[in-house]
Amino acid sequence: MSAVIAVEDLAVRFSTDHGEVEAVDGASFDVRPGEILGLVGESGSGKSVTAMALLQLIRKPGRIVRGEIVFDGRDLCRLSEEELASIRGAKIAMVFQTPRTALNPLITVGEQVARLYALHGGLSSAVSRRRAVDMLRLVGIPEPERRSRQYPHQFSGGMCQRVMIAMALASAPRLLIADEPTTGLDVSTAARILDLLRDLGRDTGASILLITHDLGVVAATCQRVAVMHAGQMVEIAPVRALFARPAHPYTRALVRSIPRADREVTMEPIPGAVPSLLEPPPGCRYVGRCPWVEDRCRREKPSLSEHAADHLVACFAVEDRRAAV
Amino acid sequence: MPLCEVQDLQVRFPLRGLQAWLRTLKDGAPPVVRAVDGVSFAIEAGTTLGLVGESGCGKSTVARSLVRLVEPAAGSIRLDGTELTTLDDDAFARVRPSLQMVFQDPTASLNPRLSVRRAVEEPLKLHTDLAATERRARTDAVLEEVGLGADLAERYPHELSGGQRQRVNIARALATNPRLVVLDEPTSALDVSLRARVILLLEELRSRHGLSYLFISHDLATVRYLTSRVAVMYLGVIVEEAWTAELFAHPAHPYTRALLAAVPVPDPDAKRDPFVLSGEIPSPIDIPAGCRLRARCPLARPVCAEPVPVREIAPGHRVACHLV
Repeated sequence: MSAVIAVEDLAVRFSTDHGEVEAVDGASFDVRPGEILGLVGESGSGKSVTAMALLQLIRKPGRIVRGEIVFDGRDLCRLSEEELASIRGAKIAMVFQTPRTALNPLITVGEQVARLYALHGGLSSAVSRRRAVDMLRLVGIPEPERRSRQYPHQFSGGMCQRVMIAMALASAPRLLIADEPTTGLDVSTAARILDLLRDLGRDTGASILLITHDLGVVAATCQRVAVMHAGQMVEIAPVRALFARPAHPYTRALVRSIPRADREVTMEPIPGAVPSLLEPPPGCRYVGRCPWVEDRCRREKPSLSEHAADHLVACFAVEDRRAAV
Repeated sequence: MPLCEVQDLQVRFPLRGLQAWLRTLKDGAPPVVRAVDGVSFAIEAGTTLGLVGESGCGKSTVARSLVRLVEPAAGSIRLDGTELTTLDDDAFARVRPSLQMVFQDPTASLNPRLSVRRAVEEPLKLHTDLAATERRARTDAVLEEVGLGADLAERYPHELSGGQRQRVNIARALATNPRLVVLDEPTSALDVSLRARVILLLEELRSRHGLSYLFISHDLATVRYLTSRVAVMYLGVIVEEAWTAELFAHPAHPYTRALLAAVPVPDPDAKRDPFVLSGEIPSPIDIPAGCRLRARCPLARPVCAEPVPVREIAPGHRVACHLV
C-alpha cells in the first residue's frame, strides 16, 4: 500500500537576528490511504511548521533546507508555484485552528463554499451553490439552505469549524491537514468535530494529518501517531501500541504527564524544558530532559528504526535495551 | 461554617443597540442577559470547589462577581461570615487581601512595564502596611514558593515563558496571604508539560497553606485532579453538585453525563458513553421555562417544562433534574 504522502528527512530553518533556528530537523513519516495520522508535540516541537512545509507555505525568513515530500509521485519541494497551485487547497487541503479568522466576514458562508466548487470543479454558480448546501449538510450544519445565506459572525465557533471543513472538502482532497481543529472549542463541540473528521475520512477516503497537543484527541481519532520533540521525530506507532507500550523516553514522559478525566492518576511532569532551537544539542535534542541519556546521545542523532511491528523509535538507549534483552 | 458561601447569586447584563430597543418596545421592559441566574454553593476551608461548564454558562461571571469585577443583581456572598455584597468599597478593599484571583491569560494579566519583583510587590503596597524591606522579604519568599528563583525577580514579562508568567500571577495572588483564591482557567493557556507543573504547584500550595480554591475550568481532567467537590453549570444555573469522585463515577444529570462522555481520554480502547445532546447552547436572553436543557436533552419529557426541583440523591450529591 503506497503512501498518500511520504516525507523524507525534512529540515526547515528560520533565519533570525540571533541566528539560525532549525525548527524541523530531519523529520520522516508517511500518511497512508484512508488513515488519520496524529502529529503530536508541545509548542515549538515543529508540528505546525511541518504542516506548512507539506503545503510549501514556508515563507521567508524560513526555508526548507533539505528533504523531500513525495505526493502523487512528485517531490513537492521541486514544483513550481503554478504546479503547486493545482495541488494546494485542491488535492491537499487544510483546516486551521482559528476558523473565524480563516473565513471572510463579508461573504455569506454558502458563497464561500460555492466559490471553491466554481474554482476547483469549474461548475456554474447555480450548481456550485447547490453543491455548497449539500456539503454544509454533510458536515452537520442544521438548516443548511437558510444557514448558507448567513455570514460567519452568525455562526458559533464549532459551526465555523464545520464550514472550514466543508470548504476543505469541496475539492475532494486526498489529504486533509487539520492543525489543532478542536483547540478552543467546548468539549462537546470538539467531540462532534472529531466524530465528523473520523466519519469523513471513512466516507470520502481522504487521509487526514491531525496536528494536536492533546493525547485524548489522538486516542479518540487516530490510527497511527507520530511524536515530535524540538523539531525531531522521536516515535511513530499504531495508536494502541503508543499508549500501551510507548518506547521513547519523551513519549513515556508525555503519557504520564497528563491528568485524566476517566480515572485517578498520579501526574508526573516532564522534567526540564524544550531546548532552545537556536543552538540545539548536536545529537538527540531530548538529552537535557532524558533519564536514559548516554554519551553517544550528545554527539550523534539517533534515526528512526524499527522497534516492533510498524513501530519506529529514534533512541539509542531504547536500541541498547532491546539488544540487551 | 464554610469559608465561602454563595446564595442565590444573580448577575444580569443589559442589552444595548437597536435590537434591544425594538424588544423593549415589544416586551415593555429592556431585555437582559441572565448570565448567572440563582447560583448557590459553599467552599469549606482548605478545599477546592471546581466550577465547570462550557462557554457562556456563566462560570467566569460567578468568579468575577466574587472579587467584585461585576456587580451582582441579587444574592449573597459570604466570606468567613462577612457579607461581601453590602460592603462599601473601603470595607471591601480591606477584605480583598484574603480574596485573590488568577486569570486565564498569564500574559494579559501582567503589566509589561513592571519587573517580576514589582508586579509581586504591588498587592503588598496596596493592601498591607509592610515597610519596604519587609515587602522585599515577602516578595522573595513568595517567588521562591512558586518556584521562581531570585535571578528572575528583575526580569520583565516578555523575558519569561508562559509557565513562568503564570507562576508570577500565582505569586501575586499569594503575596497577601489570602484565604480563598479564585482560579479562572489558570492552566488552559499553558502547554501540556507546563500545565502539569502548574497543577502540581497549585495543589502543593493549597495543602501547605490551607488555602481554598474556586477552580473554574472546562478541562474535566484537571478538575478531577485538583478538586474535592464539583459544581456543573449550564446556562446560568448549577445543574449538579457532588464530591469529585462521586460525580465522575455516577454523573446523574443528563448534561453532566454528556459532558463526561465528550471528553477524549488518552486510551484508544476506552468505551465511550454514546450519550450526546442535540443542538447548541441557547442564547441566555431567551431562557426556556422549566429545565433549561430540555430542548437538547434526549430524555426530555413533558414534565421538564415545569420548574425543576433540586434533589439530594446521595449525601452531598444534588441534582436539578425531573427525571433523576
